[in-house]
Amino acid sequence: MTAKTLYDKIWDAHLVSTDEDGTSLLYIDRHLVHEVTSPQAFEGLRNAGRKVHAPDKTIAVPDHNVPTTLDRLEGEVKNEESRVQLDALEKNALDFGVHYYPVDDIRQGIVHIVGPEQGWTLPGMTVVCGDSHTATHGAFGSLAHGIGTSEVEHVLATQTLIQAKSKNMKVEITGQLQPGVTAKDITMHVIGETGTAGGTGYVIEYCGEAIEALSMEGRMTVCNMAIEGGARAGLIAPDQKTFDYVMGRPHAPKGAQWEAALTYWKTLFTDANAEFDLVLTIKAEDIEPSVTWGTSPEDVLPISGTVPFATDFNGGKVDAAQRALDYMGLTPGMKLTDIEIDTVFIGSCTNGRIEDFREVARIVKGKKIKSGMRAMVVPGSGLVRAQAEEEGIAQILIDAGFEWRLAGCSMCLAMNPDQLAPEERCASTSNRNFEGRQGRNSRTHLVSPVMAAAAALTGHLTDVREL
Amino acid sequence: MEKFTKITGVAAPMPLINIDTDMIIPKLFLKTIKRSGLGKNLFDEMRYDDAGAEIPDFVLNKPAYRNAQIIVAGDNFGCGSSREHAPWALLDFGIRVVISTSFADIFYSNCFKNGILPVILPQEDIDKLMDDAARGANAILNIDLESQTITGPDGGEVSFEVDAFKKHCLINGLDDIGLTMQKSDAIAAFEAQNATSMPWV
Repeated sequence: MTAKTLYDKIWDAHLVSTDEDGTSLLYIDRHLVHEVTSPQAFEGLRNAGRKVHAPDKTIAVPDHNVPTTLDRLEGEVKNEESRVQLDALEKNALDFGVHYYPVDDIRQGIVHIVGPEQGWTLPGMTVVCGDSHTATHGAFGSLAHGIGTSEVEHVLATQTLIQAKSKNMKVEITGQLQPGVTAKDITMHVIGETGTAGGTGYVIEYCGEAIEALSMEGRMTVCNMAIEGGARAGLIAPDQKTFDYVMGRPHAPKGAQWEAALTYWKTLFTDANAEFDLVLTIKAEDIEPSVTWGTSPEDVLPISGTVPFATDFNGGKVDAAQRALDYMGLTPGMKLTDIEIDTVFIGSCTNGRIEDFREVARIVKGKKIKSGMRAMVVPGSGLVRAQAEEEGIAQILIDAGFEWRLAGCSMCLAMNPDQLAPEERCASTSNRNFEGRQGRNSRTHLVSPVMAAAAALTGHLTDVREL
Repeated sequence: MEKFTKITGVAAPMPLINIDTDMIIPKLFLKTIKRSGLGKNLFDEMRYDDAGAEIPDFVLNKPAYRNAQIIVAGDNFGCGSSREHAPWALLDFGIRVVISTSFADIFYSNCFKNGILPVILPQEDIDKLMDDAARGANAILNIDLESQTITGPDGGEVSFEVDAFKKHCLINGLDDIGLTMQKSDAIAAFEAQNATSMPWV
């Protein structure tokens, strides 16, 4: 038998048919739906008189548009267009009979946090959503990726997707991370190495000692940003940590089915002599706490660095770097630690889980954020929020001066009231620093949760190891 | 979906690399529940100033390019989000072809679902087409999907590769869902087998 990668195994297990030219029909085990990329798909079903093929495998959660302020349940969502989109999701979920977590349900949150939390995401599955950060679920050893709205409609109607197979890429992180260096720094460092197009055409499998040492939360952070490196998906082979995380979750298998599932899941690894089309090996000890200086997730530097000159780059990147420097209002040669910050955002599908908040609380406990700083912590789900309150984390954050919000996508993408004003500068634990991402003419520096916490305390980008 | 066979139109040069989906259609315009009407906000933050007035220097605001149907772009066009609003906005503006050295995966796939042809060419061909596109209203390119060729204003011809299945769907304006539903027996058989072998799914 030919040796297979983990991706090969999941792919083969979901093939419904393959045409002569290699175009394949892939079965989809879980379809996650949110309010922004689904209304046109449901409208398409209605217009064609079609049903949702497998409503029991389809989960709908509002997240992008929902306000995160504590008063959100008291009145209607003020923005008319947001309200229409949220209402449309509710109507579509109820009309077509899919699983639905409304805004007032404690289980509501960012769809990529709700899926794993509720046990919808399991090893070996195919998981899709009309959202590029679906890559998050790859942390469980499931093949998970974003799709467009036409494909959302296709999956709703047929529970399959027309796909061409990607190539296999291995990203191995050897050795151990230094103190103060996190999963976020790993994934940012990798994108700094590959560039935002380096993974195009590939599915990445992350492996190595430093990946194995990560918690499930950390692994989700790593896979979440696979898309920022251009990859179709990121994967991590499931192990005992994965099984322990999944066990007992509401939609995880129980009893005899659990045992059968576990037996299967233990076969989900890359065979010893399987071949990858591309391999990148990075030493964990070479990774420093990382920050972005520009407007592309590939604009990554260690916090000890300085803002680059446009002429440091080649080809089309020279103009792009100059444009980024102008947009970000930065002077080449200045130390990254001299960049002053006025806003801190901790949350998103990248870093909105309980472990992220525990780490932030550890840094800010008994301290106060810099005077005048706007700092918010936004849990990835209502259950994360409840757990943080139970553990006393929420109170530590509030005492330090953070706003403690309700669950949603919040300031990651400024489709809801949480936005930056023009030229405001944010240390953000989210995943994209594109122009305008957090508000028109806003300036984003991507960082890990502990680095965001450090910046909140000092008022400028700060090496968390020096606090 | 509108069929795509041949297009003869003005090509607009956008040499910037990594043009992302937030640039193509900023998130505040994603709140629509329709596919149409996004063209006026295509490249919104590059195209209009804070007061909403057109920025004259932006390529699609220049008289020669206001009716462009083709964009010649820098590397890695369409990176970022899966939002199909990006191709919807391009299409609504009138863009039917984007030419670059590389595209982000999901954007590339989304184009084909909406009658837009993304063409991948080597850097030297892009450089030449970028020069052609810089000629303003004279920057007429002819794109023929059937023969997989692009003809420039000087008559020079460049050929391109495209996946046979995607080409077939684009030329015939085919709906993927209809095609897949013809395989409903295979889907049912897969589900029946899975119900036994992996009942937890």
